[in-house]
Amino acid sequence: MNNSRLKKITSARLFLPIVCLIAVLLINVIKTPDFFNVSIRNGVLYGYIIDVINRASELVILAVGMTLVTAASGGQDISVGAVMAVAAAVGCQILSGGQTSVTEYQNPLILAVLAALLAAALCGAFNGFLVAKLHIQPMVATLILYTAGRGIAQLVTNGQITYIRVDSYKMAGGYIGKCPIPTPIFFAIVTVVIVALILKKTALGLYIESVGINGKAARLVGLNSTMIKFLTYVICGVLAGIAGIVASSRIYSADANNIGLNLEMDAILAVALGGNFLGGGKFSLVGSVIGAYTIQALTTTLYAMNVKADQLPVYKAIVVIIIVTLQSEVFKKFIAGLKNKKASGTVAEGGQKA
Amino acid sequence: MKQKKKMTSTGFLLLITIVLFFVMYAAGMVIFADKGFAKPQMFLNLFVSNAGLLVIACGLTIVMITGGIDISVGSVTALVCMVMADLMENKGASAYVAVLAALGIGLLFGIVQGYLVTYMGIQPFIVTLAGMFFGRGLTAIISTDMIAIKNKLFLKWANYRFYMPFGSTNKKGKFIPAYIPPTVVIALIVVLLCAILLKYRKFGRKLYAIGGNKQSALMMGLDVKKTMFKAYVLNGFLAGLGGFLFCLNSCAGFVEQAKGLEMDAISSAVIGGTLLSGGVGTPIGTMFGVLIKGTISSLITAQGSLSSWWVRIVLSALLCFFIVIQSVLASAKKKK
Repeated sequence: MNNSRLKKITSARLFLPIVCLIAVLLINVIKTPDFFNVSIRNGVLYGYIIDVINRASELVILAVGMTLVTAASGGQDISVGAVMAVAAAVGCQILSGGQTSVTEYQNPLILAVLAALLAAALCGAFNGFLVAKLHIQPMVATLILYTAGRGIAQLVTNGQITYIRVDSYKMAGGYIGKCPIPTPIFFAIVTVVIVALILKKTALGLYIESVGINGKAARLVGLNSTMIKFLTYVICGVLAGIAGIVASSRIYSADANNIGLNLEMDAILAVALGGNFLGGGKFSLVGSVIGAYTIQALTTTLYAMNVKADQLPVYKAIVVIIIVTLQSEVFKKFIAGLKNKKASGTVAEGGQKA
Repeated sequence: MKQKKKMTSTGFLLLITIVLFFVMYAAGMVIFADKGFAKPQMFLNLFVSNAGLLVIACGLTIVMITGGIDISVGSVTALVCMVMADLMENKGASAYVAVLAALGIGLLFGIVQGYLVTYMGIQPFIVTLAGMFFGRGLTAIISTDMIAIKNKLFLKWANYRFYMPFGSTNKKGKFIPAYIPPTVVIALIVVLLCAILLKYRKFGRKLYAIGGNKQSALMMGLDVKKTMFKAYVLNGFLAGLGGFLFCLNSCAGFVEQAKGLEMDAISSAVIGGTLLSGGVGTPIGTMFGVLIKGTISSLITAQGSLSSWWVRIVLSALLCFFIVIQSVLASAKKKK
C-alpha cells in the first residue's frame, strides 16, 4: 500500500481508521511523552499503552459482532451493552448460587460460563428473530433489549450486586498466573482470530456482504438471507456475552447497572471509524478492530485531560457525526463535484481488503 | 383474520390499544380499589405525571409518521431541565428566560438533527443516537450534581392548580375537588393541535404521503426534504416544550433525569398505533399509548412489592407485542 500513489492510499478502506489512530496516538505522545513507555511492575506489564490495549478488549470483541450485524442488516445492535450485563448477571448468579457475595464457587465455572453465553445467545436470537424474520428496523428491534436488558439483569441478581471473590474468576479480567500480559488482551485476540478464520475459511463472510448489499438479490441467487441475518445477531449476542464475562471478571461482580454502560455507542463508533459503511454491505474486520483501539485511546486521552466519565459521550457523539457525515452520499457527491476530473476515482471501493 | 372485515389494520391496532387501556384501568380499579384507583384524581394523575411525555410522544409521532425516529428526546429533556435549573439558580435568570432557553434548545436539536437526516441523508437512528449521547454528556458538563429549582415564579407555575367541578370525598366526608396543573392543559392543547395539524392541514397530509411512500410523494411533486426537515424541527421544539413540562413536574435538573424517556415515548407511539415503517399514526392514539404506560406504572406502584424496573420490562414486552402484531398485519396485507 505504501508505494502506490497518494490518491490510492487515501481512497483505501483502512486509510481513515489508521489516520485516526495515528492522530490520537500523536496527541498522546505530545501531551504525555512517556505514553509508549512500558515497564514491568509487580511482575506485570505496566504503561499507558498497555492500559489502552487492555481496556479496549471488550470493545474489540463487541466491535467484531457489531461489524457483522452492520454488514448483514444495515443497522446496529444497540442492545450489546445490556446483553453484557445480562450475561454477567447470569454467570455470577450461577457461580454464587444466589448469595450476594461468595468466596467459593457454588457451581462449576464451566456451567456458569456456558449459561452466560447461552443467555447472551438467546438475547441475540431474540434480536435476530425480530430483525430477520419480522423485518423490523434493527435499531428499534434492539431498542427493546436496550431498555429491558438491564431490568432483566437486575431481575436475575435480585437487584443486588453479586460478588464472586474467587481468584480463578478474577483471571479473565486480570492475569493468568505469572503471565505479565493482561488476560483480556488474549480474549480479544482469540475472538478476532476465530471470527476472522470462520469468515475466511467458510463463505460466511461473502454471504454476509452479499446479503447486506442486496438482500433480495442474495435471496435470488439462493442464499438464505433471513438465516444469515439471524446468524449475525446470534454471533453478536454471543460475543457480547464474552465481553460481559470479561467485564464482570474485571470487577469480580455483576453490576447490572454499570457493566457495558454506553459501550454500544463505542462499538458503533468503532465500526464507523473502521471505514465500514453503516448502511451495510462490505465490511472490514481489521478496520473495526483498529477503530476499537482508537476509541479506547481517545477515551483514555480524554480521561487524562480530566474529562469526567459522564461527559465523554459529548466528544464521542461529535466524532460519530463527523464520520457519518464524511461517509454520507451527499458529502461524497460534494467532494466528487470538487474533483470533477476523475469522478470515478473518489469512490472508495479500491484498496486491499482485509 | 381481521382482514376480511371492513376495518383497516391501523384502526384495528388503535382499537386494541383503547380496549387494552380500559381493561387495564378497570382491572386496576377492581384489584386496587383500596388504593384509590376509582377516584377521578387517580385518573387525572395519569395525565399529571405524564404531561411532558405526552408532548414529547406527540412530536415523536410526527417524525415516525415520516418513517424516521428520534431517540434523543430523553437526553434533550434532561438537558432542558438542567439548563433551566442552572439558568434560574446559578445564573440568576428569570423563569421566562429559562423557558425561552428550553424551547431554543429543543429547536436547535431539531434543526441540527433534521438537517443531518434530511439534507445529508444520514440514518435518523445514528444521528439521534449521537444526539442522545451529546445531550446527556452536555448535561453532565453543566453540572454533575442535582440542582433543585427554587425560583418563586417557576414554583408558582409548578404548583398552580385548576380545580375540577367533580372530585371525591375523603374519610371525613369532606369534598375534595380533583385538579390538574397547567402542564396537563398545555399537553392536551398540544395533542389537539397536533391532531388538527396532521388531519386537516396540508403539512400534515404531506407527512402521511411521505411516510407512506417517499418515492411516490416525490413524484407527486411534494417537497419531501423540506417537509421532513420541518417535521424534525417541530419534533425538536416539542421535545423542548416537553422538557419544560417535565421540569415543572420534577423542579430539578440532574444528569440521570428522564433516562429511557425516549423508549417510553417510542413505545407509547407504537402502542398507540403508529407504524415504525411510517405513514400511519395519530396523536390521539399516542395519547392512549402514554395513558397505558402511565397505568402500568401506577399498577406496579400500587402493587408495592415489585421494583420500578418492572415498568420498563412490561413496557418493553408490550412494545415487542405491538411490533410483532404490526409486522404480522403488514405481511398479511402484502399477501392479500
